[in-house]
Amino acid sequence: MSPRRFPFTRETALLVLAYLYVPVAVLIVYSFNANRTATVWTHASVDWYGRILVNPSIQAAAWNSLVIAVCAATAATVLALLAALATRRAFLGRGASEAVLNMPLILPEIVVAVATLILFVSLGVKLGLGAMVAAHTAFCIPFAYLPIRARLEGISGTYEEAAHDLYANRVRTFRRVTMPLLWPGVMAGFTLAFVTSLDDFLTSFFLAGPGMTTLPVYIFSAIRAGISPEINAISAVMLVVSVLLVSLSFFLGRLRR
Amino acid sequence: MSVAFRRLCLLSPALLVILLLVGVPLCLMAWVSLLDKGGSAGVDWSSAPSAANYVRLVWEEDFDGTMILNTGYLLIFLRSVALAAVTTVLSLALGLPVALWMASLSRTGRDVMLLLITIPFWTNLLVRNYAWLIILREDGWVSQFVNMLSPWPVQLLYNDAAVAIGLTYSFLPFTILPLYTVFEKFDWRLLEAAHDLGATRRRALRRVVLPIATPGIVAGALLVFIPCLGAFVTPALLGGGKTLMLGNIIQMQFGASRNWPFGATLAVVLLAIMLVVMTAMALWRNRRTA
Repeated sequence: MSPRRFPFTRETALLVLAYLYVPVAVLIVYSFNANRTATVWTHASVDWYGRILVNPSIQAAAWNSLVIAVCAATAATVLALLAALATRRAFLGRGASEAVLNMPLILPEIVVAVATLILFVSLGVKLGLGAMVAAHTAFCIPFAYLPIRARLEGISGTYEEAAHDLYANRVRTFRRVTMPLLWPGVMAGFTLAFVTSLDDFLTSFFLAGPGMTTLPVYIFSAIRAGISPEINAISAVMLVVSVLLVSLSFFLGRLRR
Repeated sequence: MSVAFRRLCLLSPALLVILLLVGVPLCLMAWVSLLDKGGSAGVDWSSAPSAANYVRLVWEEDFDGTMILNTGYLLIFLRSVALAAVTTVLSLALGLPVALWMASLSRTGRDVMLLLITIPFWTNLLVRNYAWLIILREDGWVSQFVNMLSPWPVQLLYNDAAVAIGLTYSFLPFTILPLYTVFEKFDWRLLEAAHDLGATRRRALRRVVLPIATPGIVAGALLVFIPCLGAFVTPALLGGGKTLMLGNIIQMQFGASRNWPFGATLAVVLLAIMLVVMTAMALWRNRRTA
């Protein structure tokens, strides 16, 4: 008897896939609706995409999101890479270190966001871009760490031993042997950290400070003001960007070792 | 340089960043929950620590100074826990068959399904909940269709059901993935053995598959329950200010109400509920496996 023998598992799976993807498809279809009301379908058009491209507040928000994501993902990837190299072999306290590294994954984001807000305000740190980059870096670390760690686990120590036997010093071994093998994992980790930062709403919402927005924060306040075809168009763009990046990361993670 | 020292140098930057930006803020928040509100930043730093904010969760001072029971916050707590529980059960009920089916696929089929289940997790939560806003809104065709069939007017948005649909939609992949990792390694010959020994399919499911799936069920339940408890976006969009959850009242304290210490108190309580649930799950699992 194989798992195939259980009734309705296939039907449920297809239903779940529909549940996951139909709303997204509806959103994308509606983003091409020419009608202003966003409810009545008239004919297909890319007008709204044109509008969001020239909207200065959307441009500013998108630029902020990009800057934060690049800075936070780069910092998180560097920190995660170092940490992954350190936790490669077992040592006393490895379990505890990994628990700390994965802490941002377990804690509810709203709790960490308001706690960080309290810390920054009490220290007199100015809210805005810098505050958001710092907070994003912290929660991006586990997203960068896990793929790097997974890749590292698949690399046998024999390559490094061989390099060592051939008189390569530690730096040279790292640069010429470990890093080339590890590279797809690092890129996968960076991509996931980048997507996580780009899509983050809650942390930015609390730490943006007055007059500063990111794309998700802009979308949230726009939705609060009412459904509009512009929101559909930006949302569709954000969805497509995330899906492309995650597929890239998935592909990188599966590159032959 | 010794190995241990080099390891410390590599490890400490990441650990420090997380401890300084996650650990320290949580401790500070716990301290702030004992202070009074006030000042420009919403906290009176010079006030004497007291448990007044925690008392406020349940008791309210009447005009004449007597304490009366205030069920407002308790109800929101109960609703948050109930919605998180309903979402967890729904996600497990939908996730178990999907994970079972995935385990029966070919290697390529599994990879494709894995990607399809993972992608929604990486797309913007806000955008995905907004999609439900479009589908369920009053003048949408789903709403029109339901109202055509129903003898009385039905509003699909801004109620507990809409929030439960949105939460399940948001967190369902979290149950599928751990269950799939269990089933992927499962030796299906055990089921054959159960069948040969005269077990019906239902009995085999209950006595063989479910006990083996327990670690996956526990992990999946925690991965759904915890983020649900702190959900903000879904109730804010699909609950429309009527179906409030813990996340929303925490945000209010830091926004319009400007009562940061009370907001910190609510956040500490959220963490406490989370810890209790995690401990209970761990104990339950230990008892099962012992």
